[in-house]
Amino acid sequence: MATDKPTQTSASKVALWRLPAFRAIVFQALLVVAIGAFGYYLLNNTLQNMEQRGITTGFGFLSNAAGFGILQSLIPYDETYTYGRTFFVGLLNTLLVAGLGIFFATFIGFFVGVARLSRNWLVARLATVYIETFRNIPLLLQIMFWYFAVLRPLPLPRQSINMGDTVFLNNRGLFFPRPVAEDGFGLVWLALLAAIIGVAVLARWAHKRQDATGQPFPIYSVGTAVILGLPLLVFLISGAPMHFDYPALKGFNFKGGLEVIPELAALVLALSIYTGAFIAEAVRSGILSVTHGQTEAAFALGLRPQVTLKLVIIPQAMRVIIPQLTSQYLNLTKNSSLATAIGYPDLVSVFAGTTLNQTGQAVEVIAMTMGVYLTISLLISMFMNWYNKRKQLVER
Amino acid sequence: MSTHTPQPDLPPPITSVGVIGWLRTNLFSSWGNTVLTLAAAYVVYLTLPPLIEWALIKAHWLGDSREPCDLEKGGACWVFVSVRFNQFMYGLYPEAQYWRINLAAILLVVLMIPLFIKQFPWKLWLGFFVLFGYPVIAFYLFSGGVLGLEHVETSRWGGLTLTLVLASVGMAASFPLGILLALGRRSSMPIVKSVCVVFIEFWRGVPLITVLFMSSVMLPLFLPEGTNFDKLLRAMIGISLFQSAYMAEVVRSGLQAIPKGQYEAAQAMGLSYWQSMSLIILPQALKLVIPGIVNTFIALFKDTTLVLIIGLFDMLAMIEAALADPKWLGFSIEGLSFAAFVYWIFCFSMSRYSMALERKLHTGHKR
Repeated sequence: MATDKPTQTSASKVALWRLPAFRAIVFQALLVVAIGAFGYYLLNNTLQNMEQRGITTGFGFLSNAAGFGILQSLIPYDETYTYGRTFFVGLLNTLLVAGLGIFFATFIGFFVGVARLSRNWLVARLATVYIETFRNIPLLLQIMFWYFAVLRPLPLPRQSINMGDTVFLNNRGLFFPRPVAEDGFGLVWLALLAAIIGVAVLARWAHKRQDATGQPFPIYSVGTAVILGLPLLVFLISGAPMHFDYPALKGFNFKGGLEVIPELAALVLALSIYTGAFIAEAVRSGILSVTHGQTEAAFALGLRPQVTLKLVIIPQAMRVIIPQLTSQYLNLTKNSSLATAIGYPDLVSVFAGTTLNQTGQAVEVIAMTMGVYLTISLLISMFMNWYNKRKQLVER
Repeated sequence: MSTHTPQPDLPPPITSVGVIGWLRTNLFSSWGNTVLTLAAAYVVYLTLPPLIEWALIKAHWLGDSREPCDLEKGGACWVFVSVRFNQFMYGLYPEAQYWRINLAAILLVVLMIPLFIKQFPWKLWLGFFVLFGYPVIAFYLFSGGVLGLEHVETSRWGGLTLTLVLASVGMAASFPLGILLALGRRSSMPIVKSVCVVFIEFWRGVPLITVLFMSSVMLPLFLPEGTNFDKLLRAMIGISLFQSAYMAEVVRSGLQAIPKGQYEAAQAMGLSYWQSMSLIILPQALKLVIPGIVNTFIALFKDTTLVLIIGLFDMLAMIEAALADPKWLGFSIEGLSFAAFVYWIFCFSMSRYSMALERKLHTGHKR
């Protein structure tokens, strides 16, 4: 009892500013005031400056006619469309280059990552050289190299590199035959849809049967065969309702067919080679993170090497690889904004470049552009959190 | 009495040691492996000899015009690089004043050498001087305007000098800022924490190029009328803020890896928050994340190239400008290869240094 008292009194005698809780409140209040004052200062200046320069705020400018052409557009577009339309043209071009880049980078990354771990000395060395070279050269430099040093000096359309009269490569781009669907091609799409649903049902059934009886079912090979085979069968039965539109030289350039402009080609090449090197490192670290004991334990249980790889090694390696992989995908998407250096019409180059210069609506345009990238990155990090929760190691 | 004298051991079979043994285990251990080796060797054969021939054997090195290159094609024309070498290094800096940049570079090297000598006693003080004193000296050397030095505007700084200035300012600013942000994100104060989270996620979510665009078109709007903000300074602020968010995440991962007992022990010793952080937690946490920190520095170094888009003349921009010279058209491969080589040397040596540092600082039990 007696010992309690002094501590109580001494506790009550502690100066207010020595209490952590009090200090935390004061410090945070100061922070809020400082940030508020700073924000107010910026807002005030901005409004004043805009008034001075006669800039009207608001998003009304989006419905004005743009009046400039865009090199490549996935949706119908010409000079008469609005500034709002340029936003979507740019956004779709960004998504196109990001999608293509992610596809090729994943392919290169997994291939090189596995090659670097190969027991073959020469193959492993080659993979290392690839990774160490391309990781340590700035991406912008690589984009410029592909564009200015490789694709620009290609021959003129008249002397284009001709591959079997179907694919042409020249300094205006790469030209492929374009498949054109005729009447009745919809049946093939229907068959594809039916095949996918069918395989999904089959997979569920196979999983259930394996749980109940232990009998495995070769779902991957059967599934691939069904998804590829059924549409092909329907396609042939319905009389192959498709023809190709071949590119042909008309005047100074090729017309028809599928055109890949050199800007897009350079960007996709550079992005996938650069990001591929990083993905390769992620794949390598993932595979190395599965200790050898896991393989030995699986062999001791009598699993065959193929099954060990599929059921033991890959699932555990994926836990390490997937987070790094998604962050590389995110980086690739953000890096695609370097397109503006070679004039590929992506979101930054079209919207935050030409549209901004023509309208002068800096705040709105930059906010919209940043908003797009922020949304993409928040969506991806939400997916990551969900994935991490699902795949977290369940420990005692 | 005869003792048993064993026969000397037979040497191992010739197929399992030496060159042949190494070849057998590493290149030709199975049919599949042999095929792989041959395929890889074919790739090397296709690329390496032509590359060496182009870059070294048939290349033109010296001279001051493009004539020898035009007469005898098939090799690289390094004359293009050697003629403009000074521009690539110093940008548009006045030629008579190159000595100031050289002096600053020599000074930095001289100051840095003792930092790598183990026995040097005043490392900490020298380190502080390099971080805080040297930049002031370097700034006045570059910019001039004092002690009778001619004033050189920042718009004339360029080339590799500008790249290095941007990178070192970015590193020096983003590292402490990143640590503060990481500590803030792990703070128990809700407002501090959320401010840091929003800051970090914002900068990490947008591409650097939009940040640079913002700093060049929106900063003039944000500031009171008439404030003239230096273009170089704007780029520096943009790059530093951007990279500090990445640095914060790297440092945070290190902080999270420190066991809770370390925090509790520091508190039990009666250390204040800042004492426990600077004496106990951060030294351990930063050591853990050296690879991550160096990777961020390498990313920053590579990202300095983006300033060419907002019109600053770093090394890449100088080379791009040189490529457009009508007298020297058609040497883009040489110019860009040279740039790639310079950047590669810097980034690769940084990554190797981080590996060495990691090994040196590894005080735990190594298996």
